[in-house]
Amino acid sequence: MGMIGGWLRRVIDHDIFYSFSRSPVTVLAALMTLVILISSILAPWLTPHDPFNPASLDIMDAFTPPAWVEGGMWKFPLGTDDQGRDILATIMYGNRISLIVGFLSVIFSIVIGVTLGMVSGYIGGWLDAVIMRLADAQLTIPSILIALMVDGIARVSLPRELQNEIVIYVLIFSIGIAAWPQYARVTRSGTMVEKNKEYIAAARVINVHPVMIMLRHIIPNVMGPNLVLATIGVALAIIIEATLSFLGVGLPPTTPSLGTLIRIGNDFLFSGEWWITIFPVVALIVLVLSVNLIGDWLRDTFNPKLR
Amino acid sequence: MTPSTPSCGNSPMSLLDVEHLRVEFPTRHGVLVAVDDVSFSIDEGEVLGVVGESGAGKSITGLAIIGLLDRPGRIARGTIRFEGQKINGLPKEAMRRIRGAKISAIFQDPLTSLNPLYTIGRQLVETITTHNDLTLSQARGRAIDLLNEVGISAADRRIDCYPHEFSGGMRQRVVVALALCANPRLIIADEPTTALDVSIQAQIIALLRRLCRDHRTAIILITHDMGVIAETSDRVAVMYAGRFAEIGSLRDVIKSPKHPYTVGLMNSIPIIGHEIEDLPHINGSMPRLHEIPPGCAFNPRCSRAVDRCRVERPGLMPTGNPGQMASCWVFDKESGNDGNGR
Amino acid sequence: MTETAGNGAASPPLLEVRWLSKHFDISRSWLKRILTGQPRMVLNAVDGVSFKIERGETFGLVGESGCGKSTVARVVVGLYHPTRGEILFEGRKMHGRSRGTMQAQVDCRMQMIFQDPYASMDPRWRVRNIIAEPIRAFKLAKGRSAIRQRVAELLIQVGLSPTDGEKYPHEFSGGQRQRISIARALSINPDFLVCDEPTSALDVSVQAQILNLMKELQRRLGLTYLFISHNLAVIHHVSDQVGVMYLGRLCEVAAKRTLFNRPQHPYTRLLLDTVPDLDMTNRQRQPVGGEVPNPINPPPGCAFHPRCPEACDRCSIEAPQLRSSEETLVACHAVEEGRL
Repeated sequence: MGMIGGWLRRVIDHDIFYSFSRSPVTVLAALMTLVILISSILAPWLTPHDPFNPASLDIMDAFTPPAWVEGGMWKFPLGTDDQGRDILATIMYGNRISLIVGFLSVIFSIVIGVTLGMVSGYIGGWLDAVIMRLADAQLTIPSILIALMVDGIARVSLPRELQNEIVIYVLIFSIGIAAWPQYARVTRSGTMVEKNKEYIAAARVINVHPVMIMLRHIIPNVMGPNLVLATIGVALAIIIEATLSFLGVGLPPTTPSLGTLIRIGNDFLFSGEWWITIFPVVALIVLVLSVNLIGDWLRDTFNPKLR
Repeated sequence: MTPSTPSCGNSPMSLLDVEHLRVEFPTRHGVLVAVDDVSFSIDEGEVLGVVGESGAGKSITGLAIIGLLDRPGRIARGTIRFEGQKINGLPKEAMRRIRGAKISAIFQDPLTSLNPLYTIGRQLVETITTHNDLTLSQARGRAIDLLNEVGISAADRRIDCYPHEFSGGMRQRVVVALALCANPRLIIADEPTTALDVSIQAQIIALLRRLCRDHRTAIILITHDMGVIAETSDRVAVMYAGRFAEIGSLRDVIKSPKHPYTVGLMNSIPIIGHEIEDLPHINGSMPRLHEIPPGCAFNPRCSRAVDRCRVERPGLMPTGNPGQMASCWVFDKESGNDGNGR
Repeated sequence: MTETAGNGAASPPLLEVRWLSKHFDISRSWLKRILTGQPRMVLNAVDGVSFKIERGETFGLVGESGCGKSTVARVVVGLYHPTRGEILFEGRKMHGRSRGTMQAQVDCRMQMIFQDPYASMDPRWRVRNIIAEPIRAFKLAKGRSAIRQRVAELLIQVGLSPTDGEKYPHEFSGGQRQRISIARALSINPDFLVCDEPTSALDVSVQAQILNLMKELQRRLGLTYLFISHNLAVIHHVSDQVGVMYLGRLCEVAAKRTLFNRPQHPYTRLLLDTVPDLDMTNRQRQPVGGEVPNPINPPPGCAFHPRCPEACDRCSIEAPQLRSSEETLVACHAVEEGRL
């Protein structure tokens, strides 16, 4: 417990935390993200019913307007959709999916990108050239295109039941695979700078294996810019996932994400049931904006280095 | 050579008069004082060397004089008078007219002092025409003259070269030429030779001395290298933790230093020809800005510290040798002490 | 200057460098060369350097930028492979074919101290891990408490306190960081230390502390140093033997007093002339113009001839070799011909 207290004290004393606490926008954005994160984790306990369980739905509840509008109920604070699902509950579950896809795809990108970038920067030569050309090639194919291709292949080759299960992995893969070049580039330039520093030479003098040097010396020192990219990458991944779901190649209506919700609600937008689209849109904006603002602040803090 | 009478200020003919200059940096940890109550003056054509270790505040002093202090640093107290006119606190436009024309600067890294995208000819001409009323061809002729003067051969051809086509020493000569464009009365040179090889250092030092003599330009030479000071300066000021520890003529300060810090500093410099097993050194290191002890900043490391040193901060006081002042209670008349040289 | 071992036979010098050359291929990539018709470009950083260091001695290597002294240091310590020539440690060749075993045996006896106290330590590692890295790499101590104890001993030995092990490098000043570097180098009980400008980035008073520390450690632990610097006064203070390098070649090698009192090579004389006059003797100077040429395109023959007041025709054609002259080894035609 004392260790945690000590660590906490060091974090609060740190220059970065100071700069964080001085920026009200960032604090607000962080709080918002925290709220969304916690509500999505605790969704099963916070919502009156599981919106994805058909058994808990009552079609008679369909098209209930938000609670403050005439005809609404406080049981469904933001109204219900065409199947009787509570919009607020669906948003919370949808947030879950967005966050999971966002984080996992970024982790996937980072693992590939940092490894390739570091190897490329440290070893150099023809390996560096090959990896960088691979990265260039990768950048010509946007993630949406990859998602469409992989999704198309999956639909053709896999049985229906399996399709719905693997959709989320398809999304994580396609969003992740499109983003690794930027982490690779940033890691590569960081590696090339650190490689020439004398503490690396000191490790080489005592014959430390290059892999150990990369893992224990280089990675900790090049992760800074990667974290900035990752934060903004999470926001971007969420938008891409929402786009794909909106286009129909993402998550199905049975396990909707925010994008799917927006698509479903689109059909009803002009027939008066505006809440089915608008609230998921607002939720998406708030989530992406909050994460983006944190990323912006991180980028400003790290550049120039305040330490 | 310029007359070596050490001037302790207050002469009405002084080119630059700095009185009780105090530069502060407000930070989240409190206010850091980078320069604390510094006073000196310079006459026309004189070279004043300001020597001290890194963090002593010498660069900040130079920046404050020329008006290039970066925020949040600010001049909290004191006056800087140039040719009789007060220049700290001048509006930006007025300061800009003085800077470059009357007071010029040379910095350490010739690589970043020159714009890599323009030829040196263009940079020189631009500076000349900013401060003088000359046509472009007249300015170009003057630029070629300046390049010749700083020792760049084939100046009429090389004037159209880019900075990266010059070596380090040549680049620094171009920087000196840039500083001379408007015939300044005072040049502030901040570590002008530190990034250069020793043989080139000698050449640049000789160049600065010759120019100072020919143009009657005063120079404030800021450096941590006592050797450079010994080759160029008429007077020397030793800075420690933002304050002047000692000021006096070159020979006095180097051969018979009075302040215990200067004594320790001079003793710790290895000299060819002196055979000693171990260099006498001062224990500890200069305190950082937020850890300056009360009283005399040097007292924790001083072998001659007494109780008064830990409580009361000494100002510059006469040491018994005319023209040489040290901020040390040892020289306080009431205590009836004297100073011992090396 | 060879020592004699107990059994009467002369023991080999601790380090011997024979005709060491190191070339760097700095040509552009193959494709660019073909397209632009450029030839291969090779940088001769070190060209045929030979010297010996006896046990317990300090050999000072001095020269200006581009002279190759840092490259010599890095080849000696194993960071680069020599292009030609050999390095013998205690009479045995270092860079043999089986790099693994030979190097490991030698590495344990040789360590390096770097110039930049800020870049020579990983900013993310605690000081005790930085110092323990060589111990762990060579498995010289087992168990956390044994390692901690050794680190504490080393910190005390260099004048710091054992509690400093918990801190990070940025919490220390330049001089203190250099002490940590020295502690790291000493952690594996080396016999030989290569010091690449260890005090050049430090203030004068801190430099004095570090030089005194290094001398004291040399006396106490019987260390041998290869000390590299561009500062002649520092070299004079620490060295027993001195070698002067210019553009990859050795100009002069002599015992310290001989070199500083009776310099023979014109470049050595130039260097000594540039040393500032802190004794205020107002001695006369002979300024020599010119700058160190680009090492990629060195002048033919003797590399110093464009700046040399004693140059003759032979100097621009034939590169001089190190020859014995009085008690010095000098590479200069003028000295050889008796013109100097």
